Amino acid sequence: MSATQAASDDVLIVRIAQGDRLAMQVLYGRHHVRVFRFGMRLVRDEQLAEDLISEVFLDVWRQAGKFEGRSAVSTWLLAITRFKALSALRRRKDVELDEKAADTIEDSSDNPEVTVQKKDTGSALRKCLSKLTAEHREIIDLVYYHEKSVEEVAGIVGIPENTVKTRLFYARKKLAELLKESGIERGWP
Amino acid sequence: MAASKNTMQKEPSEVELLLPWHAAGTLNARDSRKVDEALARDPELARQYAVIREEYAETIDLNESLGAPSARAMQKLFAAIDAEPARQSRPLSVASRFTGFFASLSPRTLAWSASLGALALVLQAGVIGAVLMKRGPAPFEVASLNDNESNTRDPGPITSLHALVRFAPDARLSEITSLLDKYQATIVDGSTGGMFRLQFANWTMSRDEFSNLLKRLQREKIVSLAVPTP
Repeated sequence: MSATQAASDDVLIVRIAQGDRLAMQVLYGRHHVRVFRFGMRLVRDEQLAEDLISEVFLDVWRQAGKFEGRSAVSTWLLAITRFKALSALRRRKDVELDEKAADTIEDSSDNPEVTVQKKDTGSALRKCLSKLTAEHREIIDLVYYHEKSVEEVAGIVGIPENTVKTRLFYARKKLAELLKESGIERGWP
Repeated sequence: MAASKNTMQKEPSEVELLLPWHAAGTLNARDSRKVDEALARDPELARQYAVIREEYAETIDLNESLGAPSARAMQKLFAAIDAEPARQSRPLSVASRFTGFFASLSPRTLAWSASLGALALVLQAGVIGAVLMKRGPAPFEVASLNDNESNTRDPGPITSLHALVRFAPDARLSEITSLLDKYQATIVDGSTGGMFRLQFANWTMSRDEFSNLLKRLQREKIVSLAVPTP
């Protein structure tokens, strides 16, 4: 995200704090897809992810006056999303989607082995990315997809910066192991 | 020593840990340079970097494949917002207006307005100097009273209470807001070359009272210049 957009987001938040509905629509239009995708990767449920969006932006509407601008608005949104997603997962009793359970989820479509047979490494990689634990998935998404810096990830996840770096390293290592189990060697590790 | 570690039993090096952020372009210049240098001299690290770039691309693909939420989410949100208790739309305080005004300016704009203010003063001094030089020494004049003019002219109340004010460079925001409160003034414009246009709340002042107010304002520690303006 550009510095211009970040500054513009800050202005939108000031306007939202004053009850400007249009500013809310602009901010929503700008960020809702990324918020949805981040939530979706955490809760793995489209309906629930959509509910999360409403909750996240409603929180923004209510809390905009308290936003101090210490982080980018997009980082704040992801932090709220993460908190809401984990709360929603804890609330859900019908599907126990805690982090351990998420680790054991099997996709109904092709497993990595089948994908390898199709000689599609990219597709196998995406499958394995989905098989990572929630903890590992979120850090990979935050760095690669949401383009968050070490400091920003630390702020969103609530862990020290060094832990952010090592957690991503071990997430990547786990990904490599999953791929290896599927017969894919990439030359690392 | 190579920046990467050959075996996964060893702790990863600092540069190795930074590779994903380098691929995403979110490292600061110093770290980015450090990684670039390490990549140039360590083929094993470069191989790992290629793997990371692949992961990066597939992570984006995976996220993009998740699609977008339906319009229902937005409808639900704005229905919830409409159901929220109405916010009091009370007028902003002088301090809020002041900080709001500055918040709407980018740091670059603020810097430029300060520079323009200084430039405007220099130009103004130059123009005044040039006019005086052109006029030459003033001819000797004797003050006299024109019988057609009244010497007891009543200026009466003025209809506009505005002033252009330049604050001292070291003036703090809290000092400025308390000064505005003290004089019951509001900043209504700040685009005039680093000068701020103030509007005063007391409209019943006579010219003399307003002139005295400006003199008092001019004597304030944090005010460099205060002049009346229409």
